[in-house]
Amino acid sequence: MKRYLSKHYTLKRKIQVLEELFFRSAMLTASILITLALCSIIWSIMQKGLPCLSWEMISQAPKGGFYFGKEGGILNAIAGSVYLAFGSTLLAFVIGLPVALYLNTYLQRAPRLVTIIRFILDLLWGIPSIVYGAFGFALMVFFRLPSSLAAGIIIVALLILPIMIRAIDEGLKSSPAGLKEAAYSLGSTNAELSFKILTRQCMPAIITAILLSFGRAIGDAASVLFTTGFTDNIPYSLGQPAATLPLSIFFQLSSPIPQVKERAYAAAAVLTIIILITSILSRLLSKKHNKNIVKF
Amino acid sequence: MRFFSLFLLLLPICICLGLVWKSLPILQEHSLSVLLFTADWKPMSKTFGFAAFIVSSLWVTLLALLFAAPVCILSAIHLTQYAPRRVVKVMQPVVDILAGIPSVVYGVWGLLNIVPWVSHTLAPALGYETSGYNILSASIVLAVMIIPFILNILIEIFRNIPLELQESSLALGANRWYTIKYVLMRKAFPGIISALGLGLSRAFGETMAVMMVAGNVSRMPTGAFQAGYPLPALIANNYGEMMSIPLYDSALMLAALILFIIVLAFNLISRLLILHYEKISK
Amino acid sequence: MESKIIIEDLDLYINGDQILKNINLHIPKNKITVILGPSGCGKTSLMKCMNRLTDIYPEMRIRGKILIDNENILDTHQDVTLLRKKMGLLSQRPYPLPMSIFNNVAFGMKINGKKKKAYLQHRVEHYLKQANLWDEVKHRLKDPGTSLSIGQQQRMCLARGLAVDPDIILADEPSSALDPISSLEIEKKFVELKENYTIVLVTHILRQAMRLADYVVFMYLGEVIEQGPAKEFFASPKTEITKAYLSGSIN
Repeated sequence: MKRYLSKHYTLKRKIQVLEELFFRSAMLTASILITLALCSIIWSIMQKGLPCLSWEMISQAPKGGFYFGKEGGILNAIAGSVYLAFGSTLLAFVIGLPVALYLNTYLQRAPRLVTIIRFILDLLWGIPSIVYGAFGFALMVFFRLPSSLAAGIIIVALLILPIMIRAIDEGLKSSPAGLKEAAYSLGSTNAELSFKILTRQCMPAIITAILLSFGRAIGDAASVLFTTGFTDNIPYSLGQPAATLPLSIFFQLSSPIPQVKERAYAAAAVLTIIILITSILSRLLSKKHNKNIVKF
Repeated sequence: MRFFSLFLLLLPICICLGLVWKSLPILQEHSLSVLLFTADWKPMSKTFGFAAFIVSSLWVTLLALLFAAPVCILSAIHLTQYAPRRVVKVMQPVVDILAGIPSVVYGVWGLLNIVPWVSHTLAPALGYETSGYNILSASIVLAVMIIPFILNILIEIFRNIPLELQESSLALGANRWYTIKYVLMRKAFPGIISALGLGLSRAFGETMAVMMVAGNVSRMPTGAFQAGYPLPALIANNYGEMMSIPLYDSALMLAALILFIIVLAFNLISRLLILHYEKISK
Repeated sequence: MESKIIIEDLDLYINGDQILKNINLHIPKNKITVILGPSGCGKTSLMKCMNRLTDIYPEMRIRGKILIDNENILDTHQDVTLLRKKMGLLSQRPYPLPMSIFNNVAFGMKINGKKKKAYLQHRVEHYLKQANLWDEVKHRLKDPGTSLSIGQQQRMCLARGLAVDPDIILADEPSSALDPISSLEIEKKFVELKENYTIVLVTHILRQAMRLADYVVFMYLGEVIEQGPAKEFFASPKTEITKAYLSGSIN
């Protein structure tokens, strides 16, 4: 009896060990695959796009007709995207920061309402950007407004608002109750607590939120498709249509003319570089601001 | 501040209402069941059948989820249970950067790498002929896109499983893998389902990358190597012409409304599941 | 003996559970009153009621009256921020604000509208001296508050609390996070400060109470068991529970 049991036990153990080994290698493969995917993406974009990047490319707008013209560069798209992303991030920040602070100070006494608002924000986050674009378009048709930079800024601001608020909110949520109590005990109002203390305490989260939103704003195509239009020129006022990097890539990639295609690849490279810089910057800045932050 | 919060609460309702209002014209002319379940799409002759697009969207999304789910789950377990700190420190920025890469850039990558690979390597090996612009390519690209999204949620979920639970399992003599398989996974199951649900809704609404590699032929697809035409691609591709053909703009707005409702439904269910799950584990 | 704070029939509920039951007590002016009792008896919650920190927690509900200088502070018509400026809070562990040492101490004055640099510099020096911290930080006032050791942070929080010019100091186990030396320094400070301030000190350390108290309130399981002048309390406790606590049978 004893010998039978021990043999049986060893076999079962062996299977378990093999199973674990199999899955562990599968897991490692999964993680490696993900890393490889990133490398592949960055490599192909850079490989195709960096050779097309020249000083003319980034400092000139296209000349002589966008789809057919062979000269010029992508400055129209770079400028348009930067204006759009800055404008919409600023707008979303100005609306979003007070809302996030409000959720964490004034509304402390109504936790159910806070849960509802957070839930709705999460739902809004999930709405695809093309729906925002279609909605924006419907509004523009209704008010008979032409496509413009301003329309794009507003729609993209709506798109990134949930991201901005939730990211700041996450940071604010984790500030310790004792800090708030200390501030209240000194006689500060909710507004003073919010703007003088909590913003400083949660600066890394705020910076991350801004950079995250900026990255989303500059890279999104579906929402600007309907609302911002496209043009060869660099916009000099909010009422004009503007070119954006994502649309620039999309429109020019299908062209048979190689120079036009090159502009698309260059734009893809520029866009990817901007995103990479944004990512690195957000990591560095949050590390730097940790010196004044109270650690608990 | 109160005003802004109120505005936020009203926003999804406004969007819904706006889309409904713009879809009314076509809903008045055709019945909803004809619109949703027929596949004939000839705007010039006023035939609008959305079935082909809905089915394409479903194909692409479900395939993408099929590819992404095992990778995400395995990687999430790896990073939270087995991987040393150095590896996690490297993977965190990798996932963050992948999450930040714009849709169009994924589309370009798909065009440069996936499409040729599918048409020159994969399809011939399986005995098919395809240009590479098909549902399979779109789902592969989409899978890579949603991986960082789902992975982040899964890591959160696994990290939130109380350590004591795992410790008690190990103390009872189960080895690491056994603990993961029977304790961790079981506890995290509702969380995993909701993560996949959220990934699904994210994939359903993805526009640019999918549009660039899916083929965009408005015919009902019958296989993964065939071209598809997902709903978001339909809207994005035809916005230019929509004002010139009667009822076309209303049709596209209806497409946007259908998209909105499906995505919202999946989102709602997944998030409610997460809330419910959090309540239980407290 | 003049009473600075009078608490009448106070009840506190947290999530439906009654934490404080029918509290009635007097806190004398310009003396150190120690609220004594084992862990979990409700001392900290009582302190939170006194400067209405309970307002920010929706799960807490209060009934009863707290009279400070004969005004009921629980009356919802009162301006909470003005009320809190009358009291300084020193919590169990120091919470420096995310700013420089100077700004930490100046915070209370700045939000009261005092902005003149010369005035602030003078006052900050005064309060830091009162808290026995001036010599250690005078050359690095611009450094962040978090760069100090815990003992120094606690003294900075004391200076910060004094800077709003309160009448009452509430101290919630202020030396629990400190080493013995910093702890003794804080205790010395309280003895000096009681001339000008009414001090309410919460502690579960019997020895500390014996060292510092002029007046003692003994609490157990949410109720006030005994209160009275310190000498009387320690020399001849009246109830069985008090005797048990003082002899060490109850933790």
